[in-house]
Amino acid sequence: MSMLHLIAAQDPGELQKGLTAVGRGIVYGGAAIGPGIGIGIVVGNAITAMARQPESAGMVRTTMFLGIAFTEALALFGFVLAFIISG
Amino acid sequence: MNVLALEFPPVTHLTNWPTGPLGFNKVAGIYVFATIATLVLFMIAGSKKQLVPRGIQNIAESSVDFVRNSIIMQTIGPDGLGYLPLLATMFFFIFFSNITEIVPGIQMPANARFGIPLMLALMVWVVYWVVGFIKQGPLHYLKNSTVPPGVPKVILPLVAFIEFLQILVVRPFSQAVRLFANMLAGHLILVTFAVLCAALFALQWYLVILPFSFALLVFLTAFEILVSFLQAFIFTILTAVYIGSSMHPDH
Repeated sequence: MSMLHLIAAQDPGELQKGLTAVGRGIVYGGAAIGPGIGIGIVVGNAITAMARQPESAGMVRTTMFLGIAFTEALALFGFVLAFIISG
Repeated sequence: MNVLALEFPPVTHLTNWPTGPLGFNKVAGIYVFATIATLVLFMIAGSKKQLVPRGIQNIAESSVDFVRNSIIMQTIGPDGLGYLPLLATMFFFIFFSNITEIVPGIQMPANARFGIPLMLALMVWVVYWVVGFIKQGPLHYLKNSTVPPGVPKVILPLVAFIEFLQILVVRPFSQAVRLFANMLAGHLILVTFAVLCAALFALQWYLVILPFSFALLVFLTAFEILVSFLQAFIFTILTAVYIGSSMHPDH
């Protein structure tokens, strides 16, 4: 912590910029964890379904894209939020 | 104002392009191109109707068939075929304004700006509210879409509130953000690797073929073709799902 105090004493604007960048990284990284797991589950189960019943592959694929789209939205909110955060 | 992508624009142009007269800039130009391209494609395809389609008519017919079979029939059903013109033009407009991301000399996905995705999503919002009001009547539409069947009485107010927010705000916002953020993210990734390649080229010209920058740039360009198609597809299919949920309530 004393290191941060030292930097802040020398140049507070620089510290703020750096911490903003760290915050952006944490926001997007955190927002990507859940959707990553979720999309994995969605696609994995869709592949299982397609392998078991190849004749229903078209319907499964459409539903899979829908599921991916809904799951992915959370990660994209994080992506946009990382842009909105400004120091 | 550096319309052609022959040199790197300043980094601030990533999120804020300079505007010319009447606020017209490169992004607006790409949208004009996408509109004209969609119009011209279907007008040429429809001007000479042949029994055995060739050339552009073939492309238009197979893509309309794609929208019909894998979007409308899978989500709304046969009585949603009246929305085929809306969904097909929407698909092509979004696709043409996305695909400029990888066209040399343009290299800018127009949907990486929030304006037009938001307008498209608001248009979809108006369409599914109007369809719900007409097909089910206002009260039935609100009741069917906010009260899911089989929910315990205790948490019903909470669920109804969330579902109401869903059809009021979350649907158009997430639809617009999905298109916008996907295209902006793809554009940023391409820019990152292109800047890396340019820096290596400026250092020593033969360093440009180092695999991590160059091969990834080529691979990601191919990947962005897939993404721009997929985002147009997902936007259209979500529109179809929303219209379908307004036409047929869940039982």
